[in-house]
Amino acid sequence: MSERNGPAARGAIAGGPQQSESLLDDLYKDIILDHYRNPRNRGSLGAARTCFAEGANPLCGDQITIEVTLDGDRIEQVQFDGQGCSISQASASMMTDYVKGKTVEEARGAAGAFQRMMTSGEPPEEDLGDIEALSGVAKFPVRVKCASLSWKTLEQALLARGAEAQATVTTDERSAR
Amino acid sequence: MNQSNGPRPFDVEAIRRDFPILKREVRPGVPLVYLDNAATSQKPVQVLAEITRFYRDHNANIHRGVHTLSMEATELYENARQTVATFINAPDPRGIVFTRNVTESINLVAHGWARKYLHEGDEVVLTEIEHHSNIVPWQILRDERGIVLKFIPMLPDGTLDLDYARTAIGPRTKLVSVTAMSNALGTIVPVADIVAMAKEHGAKVLVDAAQQVPHMPSDVQALGCDFFAFTGHKMLAPFGIGVLWAPVELLDAMGPFLGGGDMILTVTLEQSTWNEVPHKFEAGTPNVGGVVALAAAVDYLSSLGMEAVRAHERELVDYALRRLGDVPGVTIFGPPDADQRGGVVSFDLEGVHPHDVGQVLDSRGVAVRTGHHCAQPVMAALNVPATARASFYIYNTTDEVDALVAAVEETSRYFGGVSV
Ligand SMILES: Cc1ncc(COP(=O)(O)O)c(C=O)c1O
Repeated sequence: MSERNGPAARGAIAGGPQQSESLLDDLYKDIILDHYRNPRNRGSLGAARTCFAEGANPLCGDQITIEVTLDGDRIEQVQFDGQGCSISQASASMMTDYVKGKTVEEARGAAGAFQRMMTSGEPPEEDLGDIEALSGVAKFPVRVKCASLSWKTLEQALLARGAEAQATVTTDERSAR
Repeated sequence: MNQSNGPRPFDVEAIRRDFPILKREVRPGVPLVYLDNAATSQKPVQVLAEITRFYRDHNANIHRGVHTLSMEATELYENARQTVATFINAPDPRGIVFTRNVTESINLVAHGWARKYLHEGDEVVLTEIEHHSNIVPWQILRDERGIVLKFIPMLPDGTLDLDYARTAIGPRTKLVSVTAMSNALGTIVPVADIVAMAKEHGAKVLVDAAQQVPHMPSDVQALGCDFFAFTGHKMLAPFGIGVLWAPVELLDAMGPFLGGGDMILTVTLEQSTWNEVPHKFEAGTPNVGGVVALAAAVDYLSSLGMEAVRAHERELVDYALRRLGDVPGVTIFGPPDADQRGGVVSFDLEGVHPHDVGQVLDSRGVAVRTGHHCAQPVMAALNVPATARASFYIYNTTDEVDALVAAVEETSRYFGGVSV
């Protein structure tokens, strides 16, 4: 049995302690850690909200609530609250920053672009600003669901419109031991 | 196959040489430090060789056919039953039922025994520290049958509230089903005391020994329990092979579980009669290779001696509790005393989500489990969404504990300044 026959050694992921460090830095870019440490738009809109949804990944304990105030078709206010890993919380913070002031259609388009970035690892086709920093997450398949949770929850909130959210959104796909 | 020369000396370096995977690097230059043994253990060459040998030299279906290979395979399969019986001091190998895993073993009891004997209002006592596999089957039965579930609560130190247990276990209790060791916290449960409480009221006791059999001596007769379930993959054997032990008379009195080939004596279009135990519960072609490999795993553990295995893990966990406990920001959950704790250390690092802890540790080659460990009620009781968990086995060393501690310290630095 060769000692270096694992999938990780087949070149999918760069190696060595040095590369390990940069691999980690790929995931935890400064801008991401900054949003984690100083979340934007965190809190509740209270009575001003016109729609909201909850998202949770019970397997890892990520949990997000997204509240939106719509002015016609425009996202006037958006806030998130919740707890979870740095990726899930930073992604929510960046997402709220980005979609504020956009139309529902534009926000949905951004959600799609974000999702494609998560699968491809390529920079998004549409300029998502800071959010591009999350493209490194694509190299860590188990973390993709952390980054995606807030976007999925936003989409659900926008679907719900005036009504209360029907179900808790999850990006957990698998059960685990 | 049987090691008759008594235990070999417990030499960790020699043991490590039996596990090729431990020489692996997770990335070039980053050696593997495998500390996720409560999830599954690694497999020694002796077990891997046995799997190969079975399929290469003896592969055939069992219990049917007079040809040489079939007879050899049947003999290996039934000899393995004896090996496993001896390992847990079961009086009769016919009390050993081979299943897929402990989850299936528990479900077998829920179907074959509880469905037949439990009625509305009957009580099943569980604990708050059970793995989901010892909660969900009973909830399903509750919804179907109207049985009542009671849970012995966990105290803040991760041990069970035995005073509550004394009042909860009563004349209406028909079954007490408890883990011997918590996979989430490492708590060693005083199962013998709980058996005594149950027996006062004539209740049956099921022991989820998934975390006991791999790590400490097991003696079902001394314990006096009625059902004893464990799983091969946590004790050096491959995935897909588990065990349920129960006394032969009890198995005889139970209804069937899965129906099909091998579990029947006669079949007509109108009805069937059941095969004798344990075959009554082994429907269909079993995992013969897995069973043979499990016997090899048992032989390996027997050669070390389970007292020595426990002593080694106790030493590691004692060391880990002290070292990790000294890291600023680290909270360790579960019993503070290594005597009450198996080789499991579940912890939180202040300001860093367990998922992030696991990620940084992985970048250092340190494999731990993060999440709820299939014990969501434990997480709820601790009021945390998840924990990071390091868990040890025969091949782990204090150097590896040091690597864990260094990686946790580094995580702390990496996320330094976070105050969430
Ligand atoms: C205490 C305990 N019970 C039950 C199980 C379930 O084991 P399996 O998945 O092999 O059925 C596990 C392991 O995951 C466990 O640690």
